[in-house]
Amino acid sequence: MDHTPATMPRQSWTFSNEINSEIRRAAMTGIYDIRGGGAKRRVPHFDDLLFMGASMSRYPLEGYREKCETSVTLGTRFAKKPIELAIPITIAGMSFGSLSGPAKEALGRGASLAGTSTTTGDGGMTEEERGHSKLLVYQYLPSRYGMNPDDLRRADAIEVVVGQGAKPGGGGMLLGQKITERVAQMRDLPEGIDQRSACRHPDWTGPDDLEIKILELREITGWEKPIYIKVGGSRPYYDTALSVKAGADVIVLDGMQGGTAATQDVFIEHVGTPTLACIRPAVKALQDLGMHRKVQLIVSGGIRTGADVAKALALGADAVSIGTAALVAIGDNDPKWEKEYQKLGSTAGAYDDWHEGRDPAGITTQDPDLMARLDPVEAGRRLRNYLNVLTLECQTLARACGKSHVRNLEPEDLCALTIEAAAMAQVPLAGTNWIPGQNGL
Amino acid sequence: MTSALKKADAVDRVSASKELGSLRSLDMAEVELRDVNATLQAAGKGENDNRWEVLNPRGSHAVAVGLDVPIEVTVKGSTGYYCAGMNKKATVHVEGSVGPGVAENMMSGTVIVEGDASQYAGATGHGGLLVIKGNASSRCGISMKGIDIVVHGNIGHMSAFMAQKGNLVVLGDAGGALGDSIYEARLFVRGSVASLGADCIEKEMRPEHLEILKDLLERAGADASPSEFKRYGSARKLYNFNIDHAGEY
Ligand SMILES: Cc1cc2nc3c(=O)[nH]c(=O)nc-3n(C[C@H](O)[C@H](O)[C@H](O)COP(=O)(O)O)c2cc1C
Repeated sequence: MDHTPATMPRQSWTFSNEINSEIRRAAMTGIYDIRGGGAKRRVPHFDDLLFMGASMSRYPLEGYREKCETSVTLGTRFAKKPIELAIPITIAGMSFGSLSGPAKEALGRGASLAGTSTTTGDGGMTEEERGHSKLLVYQYLPSRYGMNPDDLRRADAIEVVVGQGAKPGGGGMLLGQKITERVAQMRDLPEGIDQRSACRHPDWTGPDDLEIKILELREITGWEKPIYIKVGGSRPYYDTALSVKAGADVIVLDGMQGGTAATQDVFIEHVGTPTLACIRPAVKALQDLGMHRKVQLIVSGGIRTGADVAKALALGADAVSIGTAALVAIGDNDPKWEKEYQKLGSTAGAYDDWHEGRDPAGITTQDPDLMARLDPVEAGRRLRNYLNVLTLECQTLARACGKSHVRNLEPEDLCALTIEAAAMAQVPLAGTNWIPGQNGL
Repeated sequence: MTSALKKADAVDRVSASKELGSLRSLDMAEVELRDVNATLQAAGKGENDNRWEVLNPRGSHAVAVGLDVPIEVTVKGSTGYYCAGMNKKATVHVEGSVGPGVAENMMSGTVIVEGDASQYAGATGHGGLLVIKGNASSRCGISMKGIDIVVHGNIGHMSAFMAQKGNLVVLGDAGGALGDSIYEARLFVRGSVASLGADCIEKEMRPEHLEILKDLLERAGADASPSEFKRYGSARKLYNFNIDHAGEY
């Protein structure tokens, strides 16, 4: 007997299982999804670029033999005491509160061993990080939790946070579970409440005010400290130009893939400009103002490998900054905790409920038992190793392009694998001399 | 303006309580802002350098900021933004009006303004006493974290927004949306309140509140009786996110 052949059950691309599960979750709870981490969708990124390498028209430098320098000085515009880093990779601002004390200590240890800086975050400066960070950047945030002039003076640089790539235009949220007595005290808030961090600064609006705010911060700290302005990837040309106008020594530009401790998933996935598309407009703004290399540009958002570092530098950044990768290096989302991730309804690599404070790896938590799982000395060593690998990889690529300093990498060293990446990074599509969007093409 | 000057104001009392050296002057017609602040920041350590006056401030920004010593500074005229910003221990007396953000993030000490204050007076302040003898504009005491603020006149809209800790005393009237999203700060208003912000309600005035108020009025040289005030604070309904309150945010 003939019968009609069965067709394969077909899942909808539009209504995928993942989307449907979110619809069911929303219908059940009546509230948007909050999570940590950065955008999970694929956007054009550094993977879509390649270095062309030296050949007939340029010559390479010998690996292991010929020097390829990596140092960078930040804050040469106005600060009396610029920051000297051995490597062009810094540790991004991550708040105490979102991270445990030992995790902050590990970041400080690792960064100091590698000759670079680490950064405070929303929630103020802790002894763990000041004590273990040779170079510490103190964030000046809208919430001003724990802000005080003594910590300003004992910081090595000050970072005025205007926005983050994960949520340009958004504030923060730390749920009650993580507002322990210590966190509450540092923030002058009651324990156990859901704590919102403001999205705008309380005492200035716009770049004209910010210029005066920066004057005040410099007057309080004797014009010693470099002052950074951190902006989320949004309108990078104008944000950069206005940051220069407001008096920044250094601009930190955080693309949309950048991580966060906690915010709405809809914000993380749907607001911001990808890191790859931010760099050239920012560099153009600096060049137009005669400020490229005078005001240093730090790029962050999705930096994972030495190749990412080298590509960001080649596009014109002076340094990069890492958040998520540093957490992974010290043990975040490690498969060794797989059973526990599953109990939390997740799996290693996907765990992002950092705001709930139940992190099996003991990093994004304030629970004393979980926190104790992280050995800050050992974790610090792993971060140092990882930073060394990023640096070695970056040097390897720079030498292959014939550069004696990683900062000498340039857009001419790159080609793009996709039309999108070619347009965003403003380098030619591989095998062509076509840069989409340039010369009217 | 309901400004009521009392002769024995805070400065006079502080002056009388200490051995003070002779008065020294910094004239901003001649001395740069950098040198004015550097001098004041380094003062109070030698002899005869704990009483200062700043002449001709001419609306300059960031005057007398980052002080960390128990000195007295009198600013003879009006200033721009962030006068006495992040003050610790010092007493700064402005004989004029001040621009936005006076005594922002103050930690301790006293700041007294004879005239009016622009927006964000005492923003994020952690401690100390800010006295404004005239009116204060919008967002007075925004995000305050322990500072005491006494305004002899009126305050503008959105004052004490997200106020966490400390006391805000207003002898005159308060503008709209007072204490929006307030945490544990206490607000005392003698006059009318145009409207209360989200989660801010009128609260019972108990004896301990009358005590706090009495002390603050006295220290601020304000001629008013605690019994004339109403107290406002947090209903604490927005402390933990609840979807049924989403419309109130
Ligand atoms: C756990 C966590 C906490 C963060 N906290 C802050 C913060 O307090 N202030 C801030 O400016 N950025 C914060 N960020 C963002 C980082 O500073 C940085 O911009 C971002 O992580 C860079 O992207 P990446 O994670 O892809 O490296 C946080 C990020 C993470 C992952």
